[in-house]
Amino acid sequence: MSVHPSAWLVLEDGTAFAGNAIGASGEAFGEAVFHTGMSGYQEILTDPSYKGQIVCMTYPHIGNYGVNEEDVESRRPWVEGFVVRDLSPIASNHRATETLDAYLKRHGIVAISGVDTRALTLILRQQGSLKAVVSTTESDPHKLLKRVRASKDIVGIDLVKDVTADKAYEWPATSTASGARKRITVMDFGVKRNILRHLASRGFHVTVVPARTSASEVLQTKPNGVLLSNGPGDPAAVTYAVETIRKLMGQVPMMGICLGHQLLGLAYGGETFKLKFGHHGANHPVQDLGTGKVEITSQNHNFAVRVESIPGGKVALTHKNLNDGTVEGMRHTELPIFSIQYHPEASPGPHDACYLFDRFVESVNGGRK
Amino acid sequence: MPKRTDIKKIMIIGSGPIVIGQACEFDYSGTQACKALREEGYSVILVNSNPATIMTDPEVADRTYIEPITAEIVEKIIEKERPDALLPTLGGQTALNVTVQLAERGTLDRFNVELIGAKIDAIKRAEDRSLFKKTMESIGLEIPKASHAHTLEEAQSMAKATGFPCVIRPSFTLGGSGGGVAYNTEEFDRIASRGLELSLTSEISVEESVAGWKEFELEVMRDRADNVVIVCSIENVDPMGVHTGDSITVAPAQTLSDIEYQQMRNAAIKIIRAIGVETGGSNIQFAVHPDSGRLLVIEMNPRVSRSSALASKATGFPIAKIAAKLAIGYTLDELPNDITGLTPACFEPAIDYVVVKIPRFAFEKFPSADPTLGIQMKSVGETMAIGRTFIEALQKGLRGLEIKRDGWEAIEVSGPDELKQKLAIPTAERIFYIKTALKSGMSIDDIYALTKIDRWFLRHLAALLIEEEAIAASADQMRSCLDASVGSAVASPSRRDTGLPPAQSAQQQAAAQILRRAKQFGFSDRQLAKLWGVDASTIRRTREAWDIVPTYYLVDTCAAEFEARTPYYYSTYEQIPLRLEGAVAPAPEAHPAHAPAARGSQVRKVMVLGGGPNRIGQGIEFDYCCVHAAFALRELGIEVIMVNSNPETVSTDYDTSDKLYFEPVTLEDVLNIVRREKPDGVIVQFGGQTPLNLATGLAQEGVPILGTPASSVDRAEDREKFKQLLDELAIRQPPSGTALNMEDAKLTARAIGYPCLVRPSYVLGGRAMEIVYDDEQLKLFAQRAFDVSPGFPVLIDKFLEDAIEVDVDVVGDGETFVVGGILEHIEEAGIHSGDSAMVLPPHTLNDDTLEEIRRTAIALAKALGIIGLMNIQCAVKDDTVYILEVNPRASRTVPFVSKAVGVPLAKIATRAMAGIKLKDQGLTQEITPPYMAVKESVFPFQRFAGVDIILGPEMRSTGEVMGLDEAFGPAFVKSQIAAGQNLPATGTVFLSVKNRDKRSVILVAQQLEALGFSLIATQGTAKVLQRYGIHAVHVNKIHEGRPNILDKIKNGEVQLVINTPSGRLPRADEVQIRSAAASLGIPCITTLAGAQASVNGIASLKRSPLSVKPIQAYHQMIAGRA
Repeated sequence: MSVHPSAWLVLEDGTAFAGNAIGASGEAFGEAVFHTGMSGYQEILTDPSYKGQIVCMTYPHIGNYGVNEEDVESRRPWVEGFVVRDLSPIASNHRATETLDAYLKRHGIVAISGVDTRALTLILRQQGSLKAVVSTTESDPHKLLKRVRASKDIVGIDLVKDVTADKAYEWPATSTASGARKRITVMDFGVKRNILRHLASRGFHVTVVPARTSASEVLQTKPNGVLLSNGPGDPAAVTYAVETIRKLMGQVPMMGICLGHQLLGLAYGGETFKLKFGHHGANHPVQDLGTGKVEITSQNHNFAVRVESIPGGKVALTHKNLNDGTVEGMRHTELPIFSIQYHPEASPGPHDACYLFDRFVESVNGGRK
Repeated sequence: MPKRTDIKKIMIIGSGPIVIGQACEFDYSGTQACKALREEGYSVILVNSNPATIMTDPEVADRTYIEPITAEIVEKIIEKERPDALLPTLGGQTALNVTVQLAERGTLDRFNVELIGAKIDAIKRAEDRSLFKKTMESIGLEIPKASHAHTLEEAQSMAKATGFPCVIRPSFTLGGSGGGVAYNTEEFDRIASRGLELSLTSEISVEESVAGWKEFELEVMRDRADNVVIVCSIENVDPMGVHTGDSITVAPAQTLSDIEYQQMRNAAIKIIRAIGVETGGSNIQFAVHPDSGRLLVIEMNPRVSRSSALASKATGFPIAKIAAKLAIGYTLDELPNDITGLTPACFEPAIDYVVVKIPRFAFEKFPSADPTLGIQMKSVGETMAIGRTFIEALQKGLRGLEIKRDGWEAIEVSGPDELKQKLAIPTAERIFYIKTALKSGMSIDDIYALTKIDRWFLRHLAALLIEEEAIAASADQMRSCLDASVGSAVASPSRRDTGLPPAQSAQQQAAAQILRRAKQFGFSDRQLAKLWGVDASTIRRTREAWDIVPTYYLVDTCAAEFEARTPYYYSTYEQIPLRLEGAVAPAPEAHPAHAPAARGSQVRKVMVLGGGPNRIGQGIEFDYCCVHAAFALRELGIEVIMVNSNPETVSTDYDTSDKLYFEPVTLEDVLNIVRREKPDGVIVQFGGQTPLNLATGLAQEGVPILGTPASSVDRAEDREKFKQLLDELAIRQPPSGTALNMEDAKLTARAIGYPCLVRPSYVLGGRAMEIVYDDEQLKLFAQRAFDVSPGFPVLIDKFLEDAIEVDVDVVGDGETFVVGGILEHIEEAGIHSGDSAMVLPPHTLNDDTLEEIRRTAIALAKALGIIGLMNIQCAVKDDTVYILEVNPRASRTVPFVSKAVGVPLAKIATRAMAGIKLKDQGLTQEITPPYMAVKESVFPFQRFAGVDIILGPEMRSTGEVMGLDEAFGPAFVKSQIAAGQNLPATGTVFLSVKNRDKRSVILVAQQLEALGFSLIATQGTAKVLQRYGIHAVHVNKIHEGRPNILDKIKNGEVQLVINTPSGRLPRADEVQIRSAAASLGIPCITTLAGAQASVNGIASLKRSPLSVKPIQAYHQMIAGRA
């Protein structure tokens, strides 16, 4: 019971949370966001979209079921730092191979526990996302405040370059179902593996290409469809991808997810904007305006598309967030291109939106625009 | 989709009396549903036999039938009311079963009543085990290997195939009653035969045992557009093998990875679709193998359940209300989330705290019952606690349970063998034996092997023990700081805003850190006081001085993502962050305190203390009063703060009060809220003994208590002062005395003269109360009384044999006092008033006696200066009135009396407490209704095989029903039918009475003979009857050879048992007879007064069939007469 905390979380507004050092030793800067999912921390840690962010879990007990080798969304964790109320000292699950703490240490992720995560969430909700630092090495919070205020903002920064694949790779089909023998090329802006798993399980042979791959290089892979993946940060900073997408339009059916959706919005000539504190959770209701049905969705984004800013009247709104009315999906009225802001691949979160991959299958097979 | 306009009148069926497995959660859900439908403009017809419910208040539904919930009676109501639709999913298993019967007898078709919510085929697919199995197979889900049998022989061959242990589960019963785990063929035969008998369809399943598997539940909702959401996941601490109602459970699920959780979620969605619940909520139970992760579906309730009430309170998502709205055609996206106001109800709550539910048992009332927990539910109530961690919530829950434990404590054992047994065989105390085991050094793996409680929970418990040991080790350090700090260091009010550490010495800072950390682990002040050798008030004062007070967070459905507008709070102790240059604290979560314009009252803000978990003696009746207090105060424009920890209740609905604090009702937790809210007054007289016990402690801390002054409470409760008062008023009391030890007790009893009534101080529900006839019995029972309230005197009263007992409820404003109702007990004195049948107005007392009772009651109320409610129990013997007891608080009879006389007594009492005089409320006279209201009690004997069912001074009933009619006979019959005593119209009656009753049994027997019954009797009784020319066939007692009476009962040759016990320590064979009758559902009457009333009832039933009438029409009869 020491009076001296072993770690600090300091926000740029001057709020300083004392806590316990967990995970790796060090100091990490990033944008603090909160995630309201009650399970799925391993998927969150390894989702490349969290590059640049310090993730705070609102559910207090984290690490309960440990970590395993299967539930990963990429080759390593990407969060800058991790904030929890209570870290489980035990991994209690038949699939667990190690504790969360050991995993964080092994991957060099700086983290803090013992934080009043609800107080932190209230601050972020009221003030919007804030720059933050987690440090297990600096004992003076005033010094940390100076440093966090001097740290870089993620607006206008291209984070995709840090997470995209170095070179193209293949992800073989795991089924001979509907899309058999067809090829999908995935533009990797920070792709989650469950997107690849979903495509492969529908019989597609998948090629993943780096974000800077040009349109002609993409077309050289002879794709029957192109998937624009999720990824981190500000879409407006990924200008090269917008160019590529614009060139691919009309050449091949496309599906965009999250950042891919935002990049499509920019490619259509529209605008994106930053949400106050983003959507990060597994319980956001989204209505499919075509069927009227509501799906509970997995979400993780700080930016959104302003659909009304898209010129030409050829892009229709297809999905809407029932909580705040923001754009969740759109479709080109003439070309076989559609996109969604949230995560049909779930992981973590509900599987309600998996049907969108089936729509992509139809689209690739020429059945649906 | 908008609401339906093709239906206008909707019937809702309630769940009837509170029984084990069906408690006030169905009042909560039914009340919500009635409100939800009426606010949409539908006319609601309600059927429920339970008068102690909010839902049966005359203003909740348009027409309220307080009538027995049987197919025959409900059919009459349908015929009369012609509802367009019936919503069967809100009244528990009772409503569902009656609905199935109504469908099967063609009532629904004949009167063109549409089932909404769940259709009959969906109900059957969920409830019928073989249909359920088929349905699950069709969607690729596994259930435990099982087969169904309709005969014992069929079952036996299946058991051979499945192997032992196997689970036997009867179809169509509630709370798993009649089920069990069999480890051998003998056990199997016993459980299987009982199950076949109890099942409405004579069907049982024989299943592979999944005992020890991890157990989960999901609460699912579906609308008619086929949108499905999961409201809440629940993980059971006690694994499969213990009924979920008897398990400690936690929300949300803790040990499932996201993939596993989503698999379960997908399964749940498939299940609700395949079963075909069109709209509303369902509860689905799963088992997961701890080593392989294999997922099995255990069962599905196609209705609102106890778990959905828990899920509603745990998340803030009002399942029953939403279910009602979905039933009339709305879709989830069209309905708002009330908590945020802005987002829709079509979402899945995210919670950022941990909820722990702990069951409350009543084995002390049934000493001969088997306390082993199994798949048949045995608990009588539950408490819920919310904390930021499992441990904090668990400790809050354990102290909220009110079983004289301040948190997680260890229980002494004789040695390792006993300990192992206590871990391996689940009982109510297992959670405490885990502490014993950890203290003894047993490893988590060893405890896991014995309990199969997930290691995650065990590891947290182990951490808690380590924490406690560290706290104990800091005792010296803490004591020096605690003493110094009290009264010296005063918290600066601005400190919490600046986040600056208080100006304390380094030593104090260290001590403060220890104290805060201990509070974060959920330690109560009392636990810490014990560990540090100081008293709890020292801890409290120190905490306040050091500003270590709870943070109150909101239950907001969304983990703070959106602003919540419903002030539903729980406490926790968090580390307050520092606010460095420029930082501002987030806007407080509290609502802007609304500035109420109280009409006609000086009071602006009132706190109502609830009763905590239900138990025998303190149940729904007290919650009813608390809810009425809240309603009355809100009507006056006074802000109401409710404090309670019972998730089943209407009082813990966030709609009931202005602010809800879901907290244990202990002095510490209540004082913390008082400090924050600063109410003008606290109401302690409505929630039963729990809040009343806090009155002194609150008053000492300067908290204003509303209503009857504390000095009067003391005068009524202190025996000596009370005696003095009665002497002053020249009111008679049976001779009485007190004793502090056994020798004293003997002397007192002899001085008073046997028989005597012996009881402990300060208990409700007649705990350990007994009538003793000699020294030997006195010794036994006085000792029990000493054990129940150690350190307090045992009370000894003269017992008035064969007297008639009377209950009187009085309401007063300090100046005017009005009798609310006089209830005559049907059973003779000596049976606890909570167990006795009662009738209002009295049907055998003469006018002079009634007048004397009134005079006495008013005189007492005046002398005590009652502001609020008062209950008097008296006995009438030879036309003389004796006062037995005065309770200056709401009594169990308040809801019944209120419904019988059409006056909301608790509301009137509340207004009086807020300063509004009775005459300004228009109540100055007692109301005697021109009809008869009979209250009957309902007992859990069927749950406790082998327990004697005789009535005595210790209360053992769990619930009550009301029978209403213009005449006593039919009113009594209705009460019996509603209580499950199906009085026969023909057949054989078995009579066996004690010697003292032999003379009076003659009249009863003559009447039965005249009504066409055949009589059989034991030798003594038969002889007497034959002497009077009554034809009674002699039947063997159990030890007299075979065939004996037990054979006849078991063979269905007896339709009614009249058996009065031969003494306070009944003979074993009597117990066997009564217990067999009870478990076979044969009505069994154990008092002659009860027998007489029953015979009158049967006679009236033979004269004319029962008729039905809504409570509103009865109340109009009163108004019409006036």
